[in-house]
Amino acid sequence: MPDLEQAADGSWEPSGAEERYIVRFTRAQRYLHAVLFTTFLGLAATGLPMRFSQSFWARRFASGVGGFGTIIFFHKLCAVVLTIAFLIHVKDIFQRALVNREKGIFWGSTSMVGNWKDVKDLLGHLRWMVGLGPKPQFERYAYWEKFDYWAVFWGMIVIGFSGYAMWFAPFFARFLPGWALNAVLVIHSEEGLLAILFIFSIHFVNTHLRPDSFPMDMVIFTGVESEDEFKHKRPKEYARSVAQGKLEGRVGEKPAVWLVNFSRVVGFTAILIGLTLLVLTLSAYFRE
Amino acid sequence: MKTVPAITLTLAASALLLLAPPRAVKAQTDCLACHADAGVQDASGHSVAVDAAKFHSSIHGSLQCGDCHTSIKDYPHPDKMAPVKCETCHADEAAGLVGSVHASRAEHPCTSCHGDAHSIYPKSDPKSAVYPLNVPRTCGNCHGNDAMAKKHGLPNVYPLYLDSIHGFALSKEGLLVAANCQSCHGSHHILSHKDPQSPIYKANVPKTCGNCHAGITADYEGGVHGKAVAAGKLDAPVCSDCHTAHAIEQPTASAFRMQSTPICGNCHKDKFSTYRDTFHSQLGSLGGYVETARCWDCHGAHEMLPASDPRSPVNKANLVATCGRCHAGANASFVQYQPHANARNRKLNPALYYIRLFMNLLLAGTLTFFMIHTILWLIRSRYDQVKKRKAEGGRHA
Repeated sequence: MPDLEQAADGSWEPSGAEERYIVRFTRAQRYLHAVLFTTFLGLAATGLPMRFSQSFWARRFASGVGGFGTIIFFHKLCAVVLTIAFLIHVKDIFQRALVNREKGIFWGSTSMVGNWKDVKDLLGHLRWMVGLGPKPQFERYAYWEKFDYWAVFWGMIVIGFSGYAMWFAPFFARFLPGWALNAVLVIHSEEGLLAILFIFSIHFVNTHLRPDSFPMDMVIFTGVESEDEFKHKRPKEYARSVAQGKLEGRVGEKPAVWLVNFSRVVGFTAILIGLTLLVLTLSAYFRE
Repeated sequence: MKTVPAITLTLAASALLLLAPPRAVKAQTDCLACHADAGVQDASGHSVAVDAAKFHSSIHGSLQCGDCHTSIKDYPHPDKMAPVKCETCHADEAAGLVGSVHASRAEHPCTSCHGDAHSIYPKSDPKSAVYPLNVPRTCGNCHGNDAMAKKHGLPNVYPLYLDSIHGFALSKEGLLVAANCQSCHGSHHILSHKDPQSPIYKANVPKTCGNCHAGITADYEGGVHGKAVAAGKLDAPVCSDCHTAHAIEQPTASAFRMQSTPICGNCHKDKFSTYRDTFHSQLGSLGGYVETARCWDCHGAHEMLPASDPRSPVNKANLVATCGRCHAGANASFVQYQPHANARNRKLNPALYYIRLFMNLLLAGTLTFFMIHTILWLIRSRYDQVKKRKAEGGRHA
C-alpha cells in the first residue's frame, strides 16, 4: 500500500519521498467536530423553515417531513445533543487546565486564546493578500481559526441560552422580565442566521474550498496531515516542533483508504447541505 | 262465434265518440283512459302521459284533473291549453316569488324545484324534491352547473357546500336540521345578497345564522363586531366573513386554523404583520401542528371585546389565565410578553429595537469583513498557486 500513488489534495507539491503523516487532532476532537457539524446542520435545516416560515420552501419542507411537530422535535433533539457536547468540551477544558495543569491551554503558541501575534498575523495576512508583504508564518491555530472557534463558542452560549428561554419560557419568566421573552426570539434568530451564513460561506471557503485545501481539508476527519502540508500551512508550528524535537512524537499513521473515502462522502454531503441551505436562506432573506 | 277484427272495433268506437255529443269531463278515470298510456303524445310530440299510481300517491292525488287543467271542460279538448296556474291554490308562495330572483315563470316554473307536476310530495316526504335532504341536489341541478352559474355571474358554490360542515351533516348524517340552501336563502322569496331585505344581506347574516346558532349570535351581538354591524358599519365582519358562506369548516379543523389568521389580518393589518414576526406565527404557518395561538385563541371569537373591558380575555387581569391555557405555569412576568411587539418601531419597543439593531450590525459587520478577507485571500492563493506551477513548468493549474 505505501507505494500506491494518491492524488494530492491541494496545491502544495508532494516531495515524492515517503510521506510522513503528522497528528493534528485527537480522536476526541474529531468526534467533537463531527457532532458539532451534524447537529449544526440539523439545527439549521429545522431552524430556517421556522425563521422564514412564509417562504415558498418552508411549508413545503414542513409538510414533507410531517409538519411543524417533526421540525421542532428534531430542532430540540439536535439542541440537546449539541448542548451535551458543549458541556463535555467545557468540562474537558477545565480538566486540562485545573486537574492536568496543562501548560499552554490559555496562553502561548498552542492556545486557542487570541494574542498579539494574531493581530499582527491578521494585518500581515491582509498586506500579503494585496501584495504588500510576505506571508505570515502561522502557528498551530491561525487567527481565523481562533475566530471560528470563539464565534462558535459565543454563538452556542447566546443561541443556546435564548433557545432554552423560549423552550422553557414560563420557567425563565420567573427571573427574566416579560420583554426579554420578546428579545430572545430576535437574538436567537439573528444570531442563528449569522452562524449559518458564516459557517456555510466563510468557514467553508476559508477552511475547505480555498486553493490550498480544495476541495476539502481532510485533517479534521482523519486527524493527520502530510508533513508537506503541515510545513506549508503552519510553518511556525512546524519549525517549533522540529526545534523542540517534538515532531517525531507527533508522527502518526497514514489514514486508511476507507477512512479517507468515508470522510469525503460525509464532508461533501455536509458541504452540499450547507450550500443548499445557504441559497435558500439568501433567497428568503432578500425576499422578506 | 265470429271474431270481430280489432280494427273494426276501433273504428266503431271512434265513430261512436265522434257522433256522440261532447260530454263533460269530470273523473280522473275519464282522462286516464287516454293519458295512462305511457306512449301518448301531444301534437308537437311531447309526452302527455300520466303515471296513475304515482299521481295517486302524490299530495295532489285526490284532486281531479280539471282542478288544475281548468281550460278542459269537455271531451275532446283543444290541443292548446292554458298553462296550469298553481297560484290558484298556492297564493302565498306565488306572492313570494314576485320580485325574487326566480320571478320569471318561464325560466323558473314551479316544477323546476318541486319536480314532476304529477308526482309532487309534501316537503316532509323523503320522495319530495324539496325534502330537506334533497334540497341541495334540487338547487344544484341549476346552481351546480358551471355554465349556468357563469351565465348569471354566480360562483358555483354547490361543491363547496357539499364539503362543508353543513353539507356533511346533511349528506353523511342525514341531519334534518343541518342548514340546506333554503335555510339561509329562503325558498320562494329568494333575494340577491345585495337586497337589504335578503336574509343573506350582510347586516342580516347574524340573524339568519342565529336562527340555529342562537347562543353564538347572542355572544356576537355583544361584541364590538356585532355592535358595529348593528350600528350600520358594514365593514365589520359578520359570520360569513370569517366562516365563509358555503365552505364552512369545523373551526377546530387544521384547515380552518391555517386560514383563520389572514382573515382577521384583512382588516387588522398592523396586528397581523407584528403577529407574523412572532414564534406563534412562525410555528403556526408551517402546518401539521396547529395548536399555536391564532388571533381568536387569545382574543375570543364571537364576543369580541376591547382589551380595556374587564371581561376580555386579553384584559391585563385575565392574561395569566388566557396565556396559561397553553403555557402551563405562566406568571405575571410571563404575560408581559408582547404578542404583537414590533422590533422595527423604536418608539413602541425601544429595547427590542436596539437589540435587533445590534444583532443586525453584528451580522452585517462580521460577514462584510470576512467576505472581503476571503475574496482577497482566494485571489492571492490562486495567483501564487498558478505562478508556482508555471515556474515548475508542465503541470497546469
